Amino acid sequence: MKILFPLLVVIILVGLVFMGVQEANLHLLFGIIIPYVSVTIFILGVIARVVNWSRSPVPFRIPTTCGQQKSLSWIKRDCLENPSNAVGVIGRMALEILTFRSLFRNTQTELKQGPYLVYHEEKLLWLAALAFHWSFLIVVIRHFRLFIEPIPGCLSLLCSLDGFMEIGSPVVFLSGVALLGAVSFLLLRRILSPKISYISLTADYFPLFLIIAIAASGILMRYFVKVDVIDIKAYTLGLLSLHPVIPADVSVIFYIHLFLVCVLLVYIPFSKLMHLGGIFLSPTRNMANNNRLKRHINPWNYPVKVHTYEEYEEHFREKMKQVGIPVEKE
Amino acid sequence: MYDKNKIIPGLIIFVGIVAFPFFYNLVTADYKPEPSLDTPVINKMSKKQCVRPKDFMKTEHMKVLHEWRDSVVRYGEREYGVIDGVKYEKSLQKTCMQCHSNKKDFCDRCHTYVDVKPYCWNCHIAPEGKEE
Repeated sequence: MKILFPLLVVIILVGLVFMGVQEANLHLLFGIIIPYVSVTIFILGVIARVVNWSRSPVPFRIPTTCGQQKSLSWIKRDCLENPSNAVGVIGRMALEILTFRSLFRNTQTELKQGPYLVYHEEKLLWLAALAFHWSFLIVVIRHFRLFIEPIPGCLSLLCSLDGFMEIGSPVVFLSGVALLGAVSFLLLRRILSPKISYISLTADYFPLFLIIAIAASGILMRYFVKVDVIDIKAYTLGLLSLHPVIPADVSVIFYIHLFLVCVLLVYIPFSKLMHLGGIFLSPTRNMANNNRLKRHINPWNYPVKVHTYEEYEEHFREKMKQVGIPVEKE
Repeated sequence: MYDKNKIIPGLIIFVGIVAFPFFYNLVTADYKPEPSLDTPVINKMSKKQCVRPKDFMKTEHMKVLHEWRDSVVRYGEREYGVIDGVKYEKSLQKTCMQCHSNKKDFCDRCHTYVDVKPYCWNCHIAPEGKEE
């Protein structure tokens, strides 16, 4: 059920745009209104989520035990895993965001015959996640060749590198193949491993199916069900320069691809895909471990009304004198 | 809001990246390239036609050329067929470029537009341009 429902939703979404464009001729809706609306929801949604997060106070630093913290001068410290200053934090964040450092530490618990409970390193998930995220990033950047004109040299270089194997015509982009391969692995992992399948929810399967559908429709469009890319670039440039024009007769597969991307954009701010922004706000990663080096004041401390001894004595001096309690000031 | 000095620049960078194509298109003019058919051979043709219909060629020409290359180089099959009494050979230089002798105004216009760099010209000699 948890897997069938999201699969069904993606199939219905594809069917929806197929019927809408092919049968009902809703080109204006799927080609112009939905892209604009979804980009707006995406930007505003992400801002709202991040602003909402930023309302939570972070009262103290969370030291993690990944490395020796700064201590006495003769104790070797780990600048990157347990930084005490901003430079170290930037290094740790860069490792986390660019290479998924904490996922690299991933361990797996398994019950072997015997019975033995075995803990072992599980690098395959890290590798697949790295392949998936990096190829997705390259695919997104590569799409900018259809968004901007003239195309800058660095973008052109990226496209050449991506297709440097020169397989077929049009050349196969390696990132597209890597993306579909990695996302399929991440899906199969959830399906085939009973333990992971047990904890997988609709919110895990839906983005996977959606991204598989996006990648598959993109690959279909590039290599198999060909579309006129010149028309499409003219259309995207029109959208982006705010003079939208519906492309003359572009195959329905393009609308399916576009609509699924719009669904993904709208889905991001309301789902776990917000880890896109959330990773930058990981409290155990983005704060220097300087708990004892600097004074950290709890942000929700309110001014406490204090009654000092001087004030106390001032108040009760006469009574204290009467019963013979020594006072500091006569 | 806590950590304003980090959250706000971060959000500005995010919006900047997402809105980058919009800003880029504000300063550049959007246009659609039109490949030119103005060559001496095409101008002389009474019925302007390619080996396949225009719409097919628009999206499939790279596949056609790829198949031609494979069948010529690997199997030595050079004949494409007869269309309206004209025999066509599977050849980029002898067939395609015979009519479309204006590589700059025909091939390159669209290829540059969508950043396609076909490796035809690694082996073939590109025509110099329009013959006067």
